[in-house]
Amino acid sequence: MINPQNNELLLHPEICKMALADGTVVTGKAVGYRGETGGELCFNTSMTGYQEIFTDPSYVGQIMMMTYPHIGNYGTMDIDNEAHSPMVSGVVVRSFSPRYSNPMADDSLDAFMKKHQLVGITEIDTRALVLHIRSKGVMNAVISSVDLDNDSLIEKARNWPSMEGLELASRVTISEPFDFCEGDGPNVAVFDFGVKQNILRSFKARGCSVRVFPAATALKDVLAWEPDGIFFSNGPGDPRAMPDAIAMTKEAMQTGIPLFGICLGHQLLSLAAGLDVYKMYVGHRGANHPVQNLNTGHVEVSTQNHGFAVDRESIKDDIASITHVNLNDNTVEGVRFAKCTAFSVQYHPEASPGPHDSQYLFDEFMADIEKHSGVKPTHEPTPEMVYAGGR
Amino acid sequence: MPKRTDIKKILLIGSGPIIIGQACEFDYSGSQASRSLRAEGYEIVLVNSNPATIMTDPVTADKIYLRPLTPDSIKQIVEDEKPDAVLPTMGGQTALNLANKLHQQGYWEKMGVDVIGVDIDAINITEDRQQFRDLMEKIGIDQARSRVAKSLLEAKEITQELGGLPVVIRPSFTLGGSGGGIVWSPDEFDKKVMRGLELSPVHEVLIEECLFGWKEFELELLRDANDNVIIICTIENVDPMGVHTGDSLTVAPSQTLTDKQFQRMRDAAIRMMRSIGTFAGGCNVQFALEPKTGRMIAIEINPRVSRSSALASKATGYPIAKVASKLAVGYTLDELKNDVTGTTSACFEPSIDYVVTKIPRFNFEKFEGVDEELTTQMKAVGEVMAIGRTFAESLQKAWQSLENGYHGLGADRDETARFEIRDRLKKSYWDRTLQIRNAFKLGASVEEVADISKVDPWFLYQIQDIVTLEGEIRKKALSQIDEPFMREVKRYGFSDYQIAYLVQDDVSENEVRAFRQSLGVKPSYQVVDTCAGEFPAQTPYFYSSYESNTESEVSEKEKIIILGSGPNRIGQGIEFDYSCVHGVLASKEMGYEAIMINCNPETVSTDFDVADKLYFEPVFLERVRDVIEHENPKGVIVQLGGQTALKLSRDFDKLGIPIIGTSFDSMDLAEDRGRFSDILKELEIPFPPYGAARTEREAVERAEEIGYPLLVRPSYVLGGQGMRIAINKDEVEEYTQRIWKLMPDNVILLDLFLENGIELDVDAICDGEEVWVCGIMQHIEPAGVHSGDSTAVLPPYSMSDDVQQTVRQYIRDIALRLGVIGLINVQMVVKNDHVYVIEANPRASRTVPFVAKATGIPISNIATKVMLGEKLKTFRENGDLVSKLEGFAVKEPVFSWDKFPEVPKELGPEMKSTGEAIAFIQDFDDEAFRKPFEMRNLYLSR
Repeated sequence: MINPQNNELLLHPEICKMALADGTVVTGKAVGYRGETGGELCFNTSMTGYQEIFTDPSYVGQIMMMTYPHIGNYGTMDIDNEAHSPMVSGVVVRSFSPRYSNPMADDSLDAFMKKHQLVGITEIDTRALVLHIRSKGVMNAVISSVDLDNDSLIEKARNWPSMEGLELASRVTISEPFDFCEGDGPNVAVFDFGVKQNILRSFKARGCSVRVFPAATALKDVLAWEPDGIFFSNGPGDPRAMPDAIAMTKEAMQTGIPLFGICLGHQLLSLAAGLDVYKMYVGHRGANHPVQNLNTGHVEVSTQNHGFAVDRESIKDDIASITHVNLNDNTVEGVRFAKCTAFSVQYHPEASPGPHDSQYLFDEFMADIEKHSGVKPTHEPTPEMVYAGGR
Repeated sequence: MPKRTDIKKILLIGSGPIIIGQACEFDYSGSQASRSLRAEGYEIVLVNSNPATIMTDPVTADKIYLRPLTPDSIKQIVEDEKPDAVLPTMGGQTALNLANKLHQQGYWEKMGVDVIGVDIDAINITEDRQQFRDLMEKIGIDQARSRVAKSLLEAKEITQELGGLPVVIRPSFTLGGSGGGIVWSPDEFDKKVMRGLELSPVHEVLIEECLFGWKEFELELLRDANDNVIIICTIENVDPMGVHTGDSLTVAPSQTLTDKQFQRMRDAAIRMMRSIGTFAGGCNVQFALEPKTGRMIAIEINPRVSRSSALASKATGYPIAKVASKLAVGYTLDELKNDVTGTTSACFEPSIDYVVTKIPRFNFEKFEGVDEELTTQMKAVGEVMAIGRTFAESLQKAWQSLENGYHGLGADRDETARFEIRDRLKKSYWDRTLQIRNAFKLGASVEEVADISKVDPWFLYQIQDIVTLEGEIRKKALSQIDEPFMREVKRYGFSDYQIAYLVQDDVSENEVRAFRQSLGVKPSYQVVDTCAGEFPAQTPYFYSSYESNTESEVSEKEKIIILGSGPNRIGQGIEFDYSCVHGVLASKEMGYEAIMINCNPETVSTDFDVADKLYFEPVFLERVRDVIEHENPKGVIVQLGGQTALKLSRDFDKLGIPIIGTSFDSMDLAEDRGRFSDILKELEIPFPPYGAARTEREAVERAEEIGYPLLVRPSYVLGGQGMRIAINKDEVEEYTQRIWKLMPDNVILLDLFLENGIELDVDAICDGEEVWVCGIMQHIEPAGVHSGDSTAVLPPYSMSDDVQQTVRQYIRDIALRLGVIGLINVQMVVKNDHVYVIEANPRASRTVPFVAKATGIPISNIATKVMLGEKLKTFRENGDLVSKLEGFAVKEPVFSWDKFPEVPKELGPEMKSTGEAIAFIQDFDDEAFRKPFEMRNLYLSR
């Protein structure tokens, strides 16, 4: 352990402020990197898995407020990253643990944040802010330990670009295609809009060859690799601001190759098929949402992270059928498309963080592929292979 | 699937008398199950022998049988009632074992009774260590290495295989782990194995690899008939493996698990639940985790609602027993709504945005020579739970809830001797977190403390932070504390009393409070909402913190606050919660908004749908005052919550907080021996000669005047704590020294002991104008055995009418003279047909629920209404005061001796029983009377 003897946050705190676009300002203590950051302030109700959340590319452009008060307790482990570095633009925590306990950790969360220049604020009333957002909707905010002038901070928050209409996937996609793994199972091409590592591991665990392509890759270049299935990844931003990706997805739907989408990928497939997508008031972010599979009646406790959703009213039988719904608010969580072999889900079957109830969706994709091309997965996925992160 | 319509009548089995390991949490689960199934239109037949329960009240079930929990009496009930189904998962291991026994006999099948809520074939798997091991191996769940031994020789061989001592010994099929424990030495090994073999009904013990120092976790699961499984709560034990989870300080949710670790545990728990049958209901799974390697081991699975489910329900707001019972009758989770939000699904996993700390409450002072070290066998008699936004806040609040004189985690008195700390940290004791704090105070490092105590360093950092802040407070005078610092200190859970102790100037708790309020630092009240604020909540379930925003809106209605009885302990148990719940219900019936303050997670009173508003807060002056100031009630009811609530009345009186019912002065009159004796003299009521003493010399002088034998006891205590019979001067010295060591400023009372007298316990209600005697109970054991430990018979079995008339006259005179409004209990001794008054307590007594059950009269309800202004006349005219008792009712004390094998079984003026049962008899040939009568003199000691 490399924990300091004293809690500097308690003895020598540095002031930090957060201003919301509606004029709310809170004063707390600075954690992680000292500086200034902005983004859409949203909250996540997962009680574990902060590192996976902070490194999830879907969160680009967002300041993440954790509802669970103690964050940082078990430090960070490089192996638990869902991307090469943190993706959120800021961290908001009720009671930050500057000192951690975990013999297997590589670093404290504070050191991790400093290393990756991630700005954070703590010792503020996060619950009050959650209730505020719940009633007023998500809004932009700015965190700063360098500028402590309220008016200036509010002004910055107001001028921060809105998430609505914002394309962000191009910021997090890879620049060149790369092979994640090779196997004797199906070839799965992954469109990377900000893919989480555990999605790739989930394919690998089934013996797939996985090649990851930049978001802007032309479909023909993907087809040249002769994929048995094409996967549309999760990612950040407003899918309606991605006309090129939608056009490419439409094209892919014509190929007859089985398609699978998660989160942003789900929204792109839906838009390509002619369904509507809208921005939610608060969004779903957590690891406890009940999703019912309408085919089996079975309920999965799911990981969720989305601020946009597919409009239920726009779904007609000849385009798609609803396969999954959220039992809390009845929003659409999954669809199967009518005119091609494709399905997609709004939530995160790869978990990480969150419950493992929905891994079977990867098997369904494998089944679609097998039906189409006869290529079978070569492995039964084991928890060790899928959830290969730190223990 | 909607609910089943093929069953109409359901038999619910309770858990019987309170014993260590099986306490009032099963009254909570049983009551909740019964209420929710009745709401679904089912007819509920309930059986339980414990009269001090809400579940055995007419408000809970359609038909109630106060019968012993034996196969014979269950059969009788089944034959009379012909239920369609039996739900045995709400009554702890007792109910489950009983249902299992009848299942083995093929009884349920024969009678066409469906066993719901559990797969009865699977019970053996979960209880039989070897079968459980085999199953876990089959489904690929790692286990502690172990084997079952049927003899001492076999036990020794197995120990050798495991690499020698220490090992853990667990006898099969015993409650609360009776007879189990870690053994470190060969001597201990022989003794424990032999005892375990004797205790186990199948004469088997498990010898197991010692997981000393591993971390321990518990998961609460629910599953429906569609095989949907959800995890309601994860509980982390701060005490490492080796301490029974019922004796451990625990927190929810888990604090030190990574998501990967937690999800692996979740997967394993679900797989385990699915492996023990296809039942729909609740389940509890325990795991151990080795911190260095992450190796995870399954410890046990309980296919029923447990003590931890009660805790998990209170900790998350998710009503586990209620939902589990609905699942048992066929509902699936997706068909049920989350009661707390009212809009979202019940099929989800609660997310909480606060920390819950549970600390067990022990009663070692009751048992001389007891081994206080905590082991795998449960010894706690109760527990407290506290909610805070951080671990530090909830830990300090939990210490404030314990009601053992602490005002937080230490920092309220002069420190313990240094040499003690290290010794106490090495082994597990009840005050571990306090000893950790003391160690930090002396400058120990987290590494050192972690090495000695095996407590996860994360918790140690939090405690060290509390100590750091304590040091910062010590540097200041009160006036030097500014608003931000005061807020920070309060956010770490420090009480005003601790701050007053710590600051450099000599200030009182009250001065700190006033100063704090002048800075604008006041508590906020947050909702327990199951969803971390994601959705609006409907439930009026609150906890205090020092946040920016109060969510508890104060209504326009007139309000009554009912103070709960805090943690269960010997002498103050479930009986008082029973009265509190009725206080709440009666206040509601009278049109008031009823507000409950309590900190005991096992109880019905802390069920959020009992009161109009529930504040889950320590029954601790500062916290109670805060709620009173926030809510501004018409008054506070203190006479239902036992000594806990009563103790606060002196402060309320000083602060001008209105007390509902009997005034503080009247209560004090009864408690102050001198003033009370003057009244008895004035009323011409005989009492044994007495004396009061503040010093040892005074005590001896008084004793010599009064004569021997005499009763030596402290004032203001319940359950005869510290009470002894002294037969000479030396014993008076010894006993008074012992009391003053525990209670330094106490006024010790000395009464002449009326040897071979017959003791009577009388409960009555007074409305200021008249007195109604609810019941006179005659003890079978001679005077000298604490009334709580005596077998009591209602009505008296050998008292002349004249004597009974005198008794009635005395209690009438006393109640009216004291100015009692509400309940009063008077203890008297009859010797040679003379009636002597021993003591009077103007409050709900332990016997209130017994008398209520025996007579069928809702005594607590009537008493509350009387406190609120109703007159007894109204009830009399309605015919509400007529007893329905035929024959006699016998209250039998129940003990938990098996948890303290080293303590001799003897009875005296200090109460030792943990629970009670009721029996209805027609004549004195009944065994319920004969047996205690024959043995009445056997165990009297002192």
